[in-house]
Amino acid sequence: MNTTTFLDAKGLACPMPIVRAKKAMKDMQTGEVLEIHTTDKGSVSDLTAWAASGNHEIKEQQQESDVFKFWIQKG
Amino acid sequence: MRIIQSSEVAKSVITKESLFILDVRNTDAFEDWKIEGERVRHLNVPYFDLLDGIEEIEDQLPKDEEILVVCAKEGSSIMVAEILEEAGFSVGYLSGGMKAWSEYLEPVKIADLKSGGELYQFVRLGKGCLSYMVMSGGEAAIIDATRMTNVFTDFAEQRGVKITNVFDTHLHADHISGGRQIAKTTGATYWLPPKDAEEVVFEYAALEGDMSIQIGDTRIDIQALYSPGHTIGSTSFIVDDSYLMTGDILFIDSIGRPDLAGLAEDWVGDLRESLYSRYKELSKDLTVLPAHFMIIDELNEDGSVSEKLGVLYEQNHGLNIEDEKEFRELVTGNLPPQPNAYQEIRETNMGKIQPDEETQREMEIGPNRCAVR
Repeated sequence: MNTTTFLDAKGLACPMPIVRAKKAMKDMQTGEVLEIHTTDKGSVSDLTAWAASGNHEIKEQQQESDVFKFWIQKG
Repeated sequence: MRIIQSSEVAKSVITKESLFILDVRNTDAFEDWKIEGERVRHLNVPYFDLLDGIEEIEDQLPKDEEILVVCAKEGSSIMVAEILEEAGFSVGYLSGGMKAWSEYLEPVKIADLKSGGELYQFVRLGKGCLSYMVMSGGEAAIIDATRMTNVFTDFAEQRGVKITNVFDTHLHADHISGGRQIAKTTGATYWLPPKDAEEVVFEYAALEGDMSIQIGDTRIDIQALYSPGHTIGSTSFIVDDSYLMTGDILFIDSIGRPDLAGLAEDWVGDLRESLYSRYKELSKDLTVLPAHFMIIDELNEDGSVSEKLGVLYEQNHGLNIEDEKEFRELVTGNLPPQPNAYQEIRETNMGKIQPDEETQREMEIGPNRCAVR
């Protein structure tokens, strides 16, 4: 996965992971990929719903111990 | 902006006040469970759709009424409430979010007991769980406690009573029991029906049918009545000759489901026997106090959940299915989805796993689904 922008949102509580992700996406081009790492459990369903609502596509999703990793392609 | 506590929302729900809620959780979470009440109106818009402003929903919001903003924990609701306040709306947010709502218990007095003492019901509005405290002569018994054990121990302390006996009517599958914890901190005896407790890994006292346990020096019998069907051990209590605690066997507008321990076909006969024979032999004047409610309509005017057994035999559909085959189909056929994480909840209640508080919270997320209607 070719990451264009990396966002470290570990330790951030809701709503900050999404607020930051949205801001990061603003500066990206369609088709580029945002890699985001979070630790807030609620961010998993929120990022999924947010991506769907903004027509972005989650290309990959992983969990490594307490860290959730997402690769989201801008739509 | 006002910080609104779950207790205030509970009062609004019980007194049927008008309440407008802007729920900013994901649509999935909102549809799964929400704050319900007769005069509660909702608008669900996920918070991430409001980051650029609220113009798109502005005309759907009341201008002459306070808006309660609700999210999962509270962080997003504060952010949205700030945006609304700047736009000139009167606004508050739910302190602790749906997490706090799920954990809030409203104590409602059911009765003064004949032989002295009091009976309280603890209504968990966000989850539909009902717990009970019987107090008499300086002692207290708790039935079907939830994991928010402080609520019960604080309540007992405020009233100067010592908790001596803690009961679970059955091994719960929809919520984590606080019974064992309360017994541990207060030195009370923890009672469980042995048939439900075959796999538990801790010491307990065996709750058998036809036992009587006295609470305080005024004589208040808690008479156990073996009534299997939801689980094989399910036991009911008759308190003070007047109150029938049915656990998850009989509710106000529904009946228990027999499948959560995996044996629907085996237990449907027991469920029928409990509902159509054992309970039928009891006085119609007993007041039924169940361990759950499903819908907010089941709440009485004062927020309590109770009804005379005689009335339930007239009005509860689940008690009025003559045909045994039809009954069997109802309780084994079209069952609602099982409660969230019900297997893990059972294992926690058996003491087999010890999840931390945050995990316990997540296991209990969502509505309880212990009944068939």
